[in-house]
Amino acid sequence: MARVELENVSKRFGGTRALKELSLTVEDGEFFVLLGRTGAGKTTTLRVIAGLEKPDSGRVIIGDTDVVGKTAAERDVALVLQQYSLYPRLSVRGNLEFPLRPKVRKMKDDEIARRVERAANTLQITHLLDRKVERLSGGEMQRVSIGRAIVRDPRVFLMDEPLSALDAKLRESLRVELKKLHQDLGATFLFVTHDQVEAMSMGDKIGVLRSGRLVQVGSPSDIYERPRNTFVARSVGSPPMNLIEGRFSDGKAEVNGFSLPVASSASAGPAVTFGVRPENLVLEPGAPAEAKIFDIEDQGVVKILTLDMGETRLHATVPAGLHIQRDETVRFGWKPDRVLTFDKETGQNLAVA
Amino acid sequence: MRERSRRLFHPESDIVTDVITRLEPDSRAASRGLSDLTIRNLFIIPTIAFLIIFNVFPLLYSLWTSFTDFRASTTAPANWIGLANYRELLNDPFIWRNFTITAKYVIISVTGQVVVGFGLAMLLNRAIPFKGLVTTLLLLPMMLSMAVVGLFWKLLYDPSFGIINYFLGLGKFEWLADPQVALWAVAIVDIWMWSPFVMLLSLAGLSAVPKHLYEAAEIDRAGPFYTFFRITLPLVAPILMIAIIFRTMEAFKTFDHAYILSSQPTTELIAIRLYKMAFLEWQTGLSSAFAYIVLIMVVAITNIYVKYLNRAKAR
Repeated sequence: MARVELENVSKRFGGTRALKELSLTVEDGEFFVLLGRTGAGKTTTLRVIAGLEKPDSGRVIIGDTDVVGKTAAERDVALVLQQYSLYPRLSVRGNLEFPLRPKVRKMKDDEIARRVERAANTLQITHLLDRKVERLSGGEMQRVSIGRAIVRDPRVFLMDEPLSALDAKLRESLRVELKKLHQDLGATFLFVTHDQVEAMSMGDKIGVLRSGRLVQVGSPSDIYERPRNTFVARSVGSPPMNLIEGRFSDGKAEVNGFSLPVASSASAGPAVTFGVRPENLVLEPGAPAEAKIFDIEDQGVVKILTLDMGETRLHATVPAGLHIQRDETVRFGWKPDRVLTFDKETGQNLAVA
Repeated sequence: MRERSRRLFHPESDIVTDVITRLEPDSRAASRGLSDLTIRNLFIIPTIAFLIIFNVFPLLYSLWTSFTDFRASTTAPANWIGLANYRELLNDPFIWRNFTITAKYVIISVTGQVVVGFGLAMLLNRAIPFKGLVTTLLLLPMMLSMAVVGLFWKLLYDPSFGIINYFLGLGKFEWLADPQVALWAVAIVDIWMWSPFVMLLSLAGLSAVPKHLYEAAEIDRAGPFYTFFRITLPLVAPILMIAIIFRTMEAFKTFDHAYILSSQPTTELIAIRLYKMAFLEWQTGLSSAFAYIVLIMVVAITNIYVKYLNRAKAR
């Protein structure tokens, strides 16, 4: 087990700067999730740590040593990819044994068998051991590729969107299993995803990546409750946080001609962007603001409403039992202490900055 | 230019409407005469006629002659002699020698081509400068006429002024006159000429191996040999097998350059023996039987290969 540290790592592919002075620390035994959109540099970060890409500048530290000059094999990390990367023409057992077989490891046959058995048990793929990998389903393939990582007892697990290619149900169950695996192994995990639900539900810590830079690092609740800027605010939560342009006047928020209360702690500024999560919008008869129901999405437990305020549309999450019609005009307000204010120009959270 | 592209891509433009009408049955296109019947008469019937005249008929005719004592050089009528030709051939020790020579030649030549061709493909399967040019140059031997290749390799092999002895410093080494070496010399020419073919197919196979597998192997600390035998080879095997099938069939019927290069009894491949039997000795019936024996052998060998190929694919 080991901690992983990136120090001012930059990487350029031709004219694109994939990573810009990225610094990042994953503590020993931590489940760190790197969240970002396509092209944010998530995969590059993993590949730099794994040793598949050489950074243009900066240091990569695994444990106590700078590994920039070392090959992927010397770093002793495991990498699980989205496309499984199972070795074709081999059985599941052959795949699990693969990383243990090379001569440099000098591992005895019974030790190999023991490790394969243990990994197969952990992932419940014992019954598949003698099957060829071509005959596995997507979920089974991903289990095998995770198994191939486990057998090695690597210092760090790197996972590049391992669940993205699976269907929703399987993704959920593997998500739970991966978390449990992390607890059992106590290993350092660096997990990359574009899926905010995955990030929120799995990570001890989340790092939000945007065009090669870390925007914010924190616990899931930190990221959710106290986003540093509007980008992070919109990155997590489904539906994402509502951002409404408005202004302060007399200690109240003025939005689209309506005046809404805000907590006194909110820092004042003439023109700001208010951020409020859908679940913090409240529909009640005497509320200060008014909007028309544009759309209703019934999700069973909750209904997600799209409110039309003319220039802006807002999402609100309400209990599914609420009877409401499209095109109905409703009154709504928000929970004043849950309203965030962002700089209108820079998008920075005024309470954090 | 803009006008043209507008005409091409605008849905209402006349070109597009024209194409659409052509695609619809019973439309203008049909009235122009390009009906299924016309297509059949214009293309399919001539092709079938051609196949029947030049392939099917000779095949059946030679099958019939193989059971007769027919000689194309005389006007004497052919007599049905049953399996006598086959019996004679299979009991002839000289024929078996031809087969042994051919087998040896096929093994040397195909092995050489696979090793050299696959090796070249491995070297080319990476980013190297002038890759396209290098590949094209390597493919050139394949495009020459076999007879021409035979003629100029005869010059290259020449013991007194040949460039091969000059470069290898072999003095007056007899490539073609020495009965022990001649077959190798013929095989080397074949390897030189057809390795590019194996290379081309291997290159296609190699470039189809997903890069992430190599990365996974690298992270799993697999060495180059381990990676080659566990990942590269199994994935390229099916296409390599196809190359081997083609080359074996071709090597089996090698004639041109072998005939030109050497007249040693040790290089008398079955095709050469067959040629002599048919057109120097005019034993048409006998040589037809011989040709059928060769055909059966080639089909048998190919079948074995195809079985392996299917197994390689199924795994």
